Amino acid sequence: MTAPDSTTTIDLVARFPDFVTADARPGFSGFIVKKENLVEVATTLRDEFGFDLLSNVTGVDYLADNKMEVVYHLHRTTGGPGLVIKVQVERVDPVEVPSLIDVWAGADFQEREAWDLMGIKFIGHPDLRRILMWEGFEGHPLRKDYKEAFFEEEVKPFKSRWPDGKHTYAEFKNPFRDNLKFPEGFDPDKYAPQSEDDLYFSLERSSMKKEEGDLNTDHIVVNMGPHHPSTHGVLRVAVELDGETITSLKPVMGYLHRNHDKIGERNTYLQIIPYTDRLDYFNSMANNFGYVTTVEKLMNIPVAERAEYIRVIMAELSRVQNHLIFIGMLINDLGSMYTPSLYAFEERELILDIFEAVSGARMMCNYFRFGGVVRDIPEDAMQKIKDLVFDRLQAKTDEMERFLNENEVLVARLQGVHVLNAEEAIHHSVTGPVLRAAGVPYDLRRADPYSVYDRFDFDVAVRYNGDMYDNYLIRFDEIRQSLRILEQALKQIPEGPINSQKPQYQVRVPAGEAYGRIESPKGELGFYVVSNGKPNPYRYHVRAPSFVNLTAVETMCKGVKIADFVALLAMLDIVMGEVDR
Amino acid sequence: MEENKYEGLNLPNYNIPEDIQNVVSITTLDRLYNWGRRWSVWPLMFGLACCAIEMIAAQTARYDMARFGMEVMRPTPRQADMMLVSGTVTKKMLPSIIRLYNQMPEPKYVVAMGACASSGGPFKEGYNVVAGIDKFLPVDVYIPGCPPTPQALIAGMIKLQEKIDKQSIKKVRWYEKGKVDSNYVPMPILGPDLIDVRRNAEYKEAAAKKEGVA
Repeated sequence: MTAPDSTTTIDLVARFPDFVTADARPGFSGFIVKKENLVEVATTLRDEFGFDLLSNVTGVDYLADNKMEVVYHLHRTTGGPGLVIKVQVERVDPVEVPSLIDVWAGADFQEREAWDLMGIKFIGHPDLRRILMWEGFEGHPLRKDYKEAFFEEEVKPFKSRWPDGKHTYAEFKNPFRDNLKFPEGFDPDKYAPQSEDDLYFSLERSSMKKEEGDLNTDHIVVNMGPHHPSTHGVLRVAVELDGETITSLKPVMGYLHRNHDKIGERNTYLQIIPYTDRLDYFNSMANNFGYVTTVEKLMNIPVAERAEYIRVIMAELSRVQNHLIFIGMLINDLGSMYTPSLYAFEERELILDIFEAVSGARMMCNYFRFGGVVRDIPEDAMQKIKDLVFDRLQAKTDEMERFLNENEVLVARLQGVHVLNAEEAIHHSVTGPVLRAAGVPYDLRRADPYSVYDRFDFDVAVRYNGDMYDNYLIRFDEIRQSLRILEQALKQIPEGPINSQKPQYQVRVPAGEAYGRIESPKGELGFYVVSNGKPNPYRYHVRAPSFVNLTAVETMCKGVKIADFVALLAMLDIVMGEVDR
Repeated sequence: MEENKYEGLNLPNYNIPEDIQNVVSITTLDRLYNWGRRWSVWPLMFGLACCAIEMIAAQTARYDMARFGMEVMRPTPRQADMMLVSGTVTKKMLPSIIRLYNQMPEPKYVVAMGACASSGGPFKEGYNVVAGIDKFLPVDVYIPGCPPTPQALIAGMIKLQEKIDKQSIKKVRWYEKGKVDSNYVPMPILGPDLIDVRRNAEYKEAAAKKEGVA
């Protein structure tokens, strides 16, 4: 077990005695800052205390106390524990909090999300539009007094769907027999849908300034997606073009917003685990890992020794297949349709076979439990893992590198195309391989070790040019490091029980908060869970690496050619299940 | 006797002389028409969520959907025969899906892949989730699973082929007079919630009733 995230020696109260107080609620930590002084405190924390990475921004609605709280999780890219600061405001409409976008640009999308879902207005945010829902949607769904159309009960498990021997449907409880809810007196004939002018205005606002003496050309706006073969799912991007050059760009998302946060707050702790599978659906094992680590932190329970190793093995296998698919898909986007991705999928199938053998499902594993895993690795699956790790995957990685790395077309398309430099990446809260390819050796497995990662000998993959070619190569580096970890884990794995707890249907989680984070293949995957001692979490928030990394896409793409944009998007390795949640 | 290669095409009980069996088939027009269509169902390249990954897996070497003539994924709806709704349909995405469907030429089929597309699945209660694409589009085949394995997907595709086999050129809607656009679905509007314009009268009635009570 690692120490609670916010254990820190920094005494912010002594530094700012007038407007900072320590959060004294039992189970909570961090500091409560007066909202008038938030920007000042944040700037000091960044510049004096070195908290250069804003991991997570989210809100919590304390309906009973008539309070809204905005929570900021800060970290240092040099590693070590984080710091939590909070702002509490009265729950009036609208709730107003100063925006931190000038201190950390990574706050951009996260603040927009908090505005969209919780109705917290960030004063000073230049582009505070809804991000996951559409403009014109009624209400802020993550507020505790918002009830969905299919609302049944506050918490699960629901009452029987089979009362008196008759099956009932959720539809029966809604007047429209559908997932619909309209404000009172709503007249569809008189309704004029909101146009997307705001989006296009903001596109124009952030457009690059023309230089003196340039030809005066008209710009055109192109909408890519949500149905587009290379936006990796249902992402939509509004692009303003000057000829072939991108002058401005805004991603539009929410086309796969499946309400993980809201559903999670109704589920019991255990019921959330299968939902986490569906976040980043390439890496269900990693998602499970992040969530159970967070709840274990809250529950303060140990994890069975053997289970720790099983977890590491599964998470690293997951990373290997994710990066292989990444390489295949990237080259797909560069125009070499199918061949490399067919090779990648061949290896992926073998890894999925292992997942299926241990958990029963290829993709949605639902394998981790609090205190361990759900079942042990069968003998033959263990043999398969060993064959893969010690033999096949090494050879296949070599093979792929041999075929691809010096390919003339690939090098020409990738080398020298700038992605991000270290400063921009940190400023935009980018984590994962993209940050490491920009020369920042920030890997949570080393920077803030969780599970048993401190026992393995591995290098943090890092490359320094920050161009696309480095971003591509670092994936191979990471596969190799993962295989190194896997080799050690397979040699060291002890015998023993696979769960420190009894199998249980409902877990007892004491009141408090926890922010747990792991290094998912895409970056820092964080879960923020607030418990009030009841069987379901009071607040459940996913800090998805794909979503936050996308904040930087505008910076990355300005001034590049539209053909490279597709590859740059592939470079971020986003998964829409995680972006939209 | 040599095994007849065109089994799906030939009508049974016709004795074709052995020496011309490989070049002559006796069949009906319906059968010929359906035989051609069933082996070249071109899916719309259209992934929504997790199921799309299994759809890709079904296209790759191990499962190889090309065996059924379904490997030609078309990113444009104008060239596609079948829409594979592979994942959760959200309210925000729905207008785009309907537009794609309306742009597909006849004959067109819809396959709902997975629990979400069939009914809303685990996310049904969500405020942004449409509880099944069949509320808007006529679904031909439902494939259960979350996500369905590639095998299940292929089984669903075979079911679609069986459905195509049973259609008759005389009765299909796309050749019937005045019915060409009979499958047109009016575009829903994103308002305070999803407005299904076909149900406007119902919404008004509900609003009026509420006001009456108040």
